[in-house]
Amino acid sequence: MSIKHLEEYRDPDISRAIIDNIKKISRKKNRLMEVCGTHTMSIFRSGIRTLLPDTISLLSGPGCPVCVTDQKEIDAFIELAKIDDVIIATFGDLLKVPGTKSSLQKERAEGRDIRIVYSTFDALEIAGNNPGRKVIFLGIGFETTAPTIAASILSAKNMSLKNYFVFSAHKLVPPALDALMKNKDVRINGFILPGHVSVMIGTKAYLTFFEKHKIPCAITGFEPADILQAILSLVRQIEDGNPGLENLYQRAVTFDGNEKAINIMQDIFETVDTAWRGIGIIPESGLKIKEEFSSFDAEKMFEFDVPDAVILSGCSCGEILQGIKTPPECALYKKICTPINPVGPCMVSSEGTCAAYYRYNGL
Amino acid sequence: MCLAIPSKIIKIENNIGTIDVAGINKEISLLLLEDAKIGDYVIVHAGFAIHKIDESAAMESLKYLRELASI
Ligand code: SF4
Repeated sequence: MSIKHLEEYRDPDISRAIIDNIKKISRKKNRLMEVCGTHTMSIFRSGIRTLLPDTISLLSGPGCPVCVTDQKEIDAFIELAKIDDVIIATFGDLLKVPGTKSSLQKERAEGRDIRIVYSTFDALEIAGNNPGRKVIFLGIGFETTAPTIAASILSAKNMSLKNYFVFSAHKLVPPALDALMKNKDVRINGFILPGHVSVMIGTKAYLTFFEKHKIPCAITGFEPADILQAILSLVRQIEDGNPGLENLYQRAVTFDGNEKAINIMQDIFETVDTAWRGIGIIPESGLKIKEEFSSFDAEKMFEFDVPDAVILSGCSCGEILQGIKTPPECALYKKICTPINPVGPCMVSSEGTCAAYYRYNGL
Repeated sequence: MCLAIPSKIIKIENNIGTIDVAGINKEISLLLLEDAKIGDYVIVHAGFAIHKIDESAAMESLKYLRELASI
């Protein structure tokens, strides 16, 4: 693989030719959802939305890790940060997410030790360098990130680190797709399936979902031509009335996925019912640390009380995450809620739909 | 969160690989990858290599892309 291959996926001539083909065949009105925050960002950045025919609406789904994290989980993170001798290690996007009474950023300003890390490696290093303190990694994200966090727990065990803990708030994509299909307010005609979640879980992980709902699906990468070819595939499936589960990201996604990573994830975590922000509890859609690794489980090893979550009034993140509303349909959008003063996580995270709309002016 | 550009592994030591990202060396974990070798192009997520690019699958995808663009 040379970088040259990628250049073709960025070649404006190729993208234009695919758009022409989309225009040629698209007749029916359809609503397509991308279920990955990185797709959302690249769709906005490349201006694809402005180039598509009126028949196609693109909606963003529950694919931004910070955005789907339940309010109660955010509140729990904040409580953990207040414990003496604790160092919180987290991905940066979580910092500004407002909890019911505070945010990690506010706690940090008050002197709590909250450190942004790029990977669980860095968190393990912090634990190694601070033997007298307890490092809690805030585990959010989907099947792409969960194996990396599982691997960190295995490493901590092998290194006999006794001061490394994880709060697991991980979420799984296929059960969320199923929940979207069951909600009658959600009207989606096709899914652009996530790239790197699919690298891990493989095409096979969507088979049950696809067989059940027979809805057009396309797995794809992050370059403009990747996304356009997924749209073309979905439009064709819709026009032909012949839904399929297409893998257009073969350079990265196999049928079986990354089995080593999934095995490590399943060694450490077990599947549980979990709450998604604004969506509610989705059966078998979360990952918690198994009993045998409970000495690494922050939820079990620390005592903390989480206040009842108060849902931010007026914020429509829940509906936005399901493609029921778009940001301009939220009364607070741009008026009260901006990236500088975000009300909800969809405006906080760079992968959030509200932030993307704001940055690119809805285009 | 995802870095979609494949990077080349230039060194491996104790399950830690060094990749070359546009001229800058970065260390990544190879714990989630089966038999990574020097010279492999990998996709990296949050400090871990998560996939090794298969040249023939990449060429196949590219052929398909060209077809799509020319129908
Ligand atoms: S614009 Fe702000 S308040 Fe409205 S849904 Fe988005 S994040 Fe929530």
